[in-house]
Amino acid sequence: MDAITLIGAMSIISAALCIAIGGIGPAIGEANVAANALRSMAQQPDESSNITRTLFVSMAMIESTAIYAFVITILILYANPFWDYVVEQAAK
Amino acid sequence: MLENLDQTIVFQIGPITINATIFYTWIVMAVLAGLSVWMTHNLKTNGKIGKIQIIMEMIVSAIQGQIKDVSGDNPKKYLSLIGTFFLFIAMSNLLSIIPWFKVPTTSLTTTVAFASCVFFAIPYYGVKNAGWKGYFKKFIEPTPVMLPMNIISDFSSTFSLAFRLYGNMLSGAVIGSVLIMLVPFIVPLPMQILGLLTGTIQAYIFALLAIVYVSAVAPKESFVQSTDTKGE
Repeated sequence: MDAITLIGAMSIISAALCIAIGGIGPAIGEANVAANALRSMAQQPDESSNITRTLFVSMAMIESTAIYAFVITILILYANPFWDYVVEQAAK
Repeated sequence: MLENLDQTIVFQIGPITINATIFYTWIVMAVLAGLSVWMTHNLKTNGKIGKIQIIMEMIVSAIQGQIKDVSGDNPKKYLSLIGTFFLFIAMSNLLSIIPWFKVPTTSLTTTVAFASCVFFAIPYYGVKNAGWKGYFKKFIEPTPVMLPMNIISDFSSTFSLAFRLYGNMLSGAVIGSVLIMLVPFIVPLPMQILGLLTGTIQAYIFALLAIVYVSAVAPKESFVQSTDTKGE
């Protein structure tokens, strides 16, 4: 297996693993947040505007972990420095 | 499928090349400025108030209310910064329904520019609220051991602010283009409607987090009281 094949295959596999594993954690976390927020809104409907605002902020904070994984995946797929290097070397 | 807006050159004036990010940012700015001029050209304080003025007052007072709730401070201090963030990001995300419009927030340079505005606004408002001593005291709280952590958290919050907006808008664009490639008709539509919703929510979240970061250094008690009586 030469370097281009290896790096191409590994890039695709690692991109898929990156977004798959990176998506699990935030998904579980956001589900917990939403469930708890709904529960507390059902208990205290008067506080729902406060709870909704905090819900959005915490959702955004949790989601940024998934976003980092997504950005890394996009980098691996479209702007992979190792792939560019290998293609450059092969062209010489 | 994934085009780099910074490398797409729209036109060229002499040696200066205008890339897609700047061009579409100018379009959003022109839309916002045009709307503002058109909507505020005859404001009234008494008599019959027009529908347009009511809409504008609703937007401004909603933003003011959110700032007041989150920061617990006089909203007029932050209104110009936070309101601009919200209106600009919301407008540029909502314009994504126009075909061939490249949303400027799907480019990392735009979001990094926004986040660096917040980065420099944090010390500005911190010093304004609590003075130099009060601002630097924030770094050694709760103990001086936390000094490196507090400095890192300033940078990482800016970083995450930029990447959150970029990643969310980019993921919407990527999902849209993948679906258009697979099924060109009707199927991408629900995802684009969802994109409008997430675009508005992201604008809200960006503005909200900006208020949280900017008003992190609590103002002095006497200052709050004096602005409260003045602001109302």
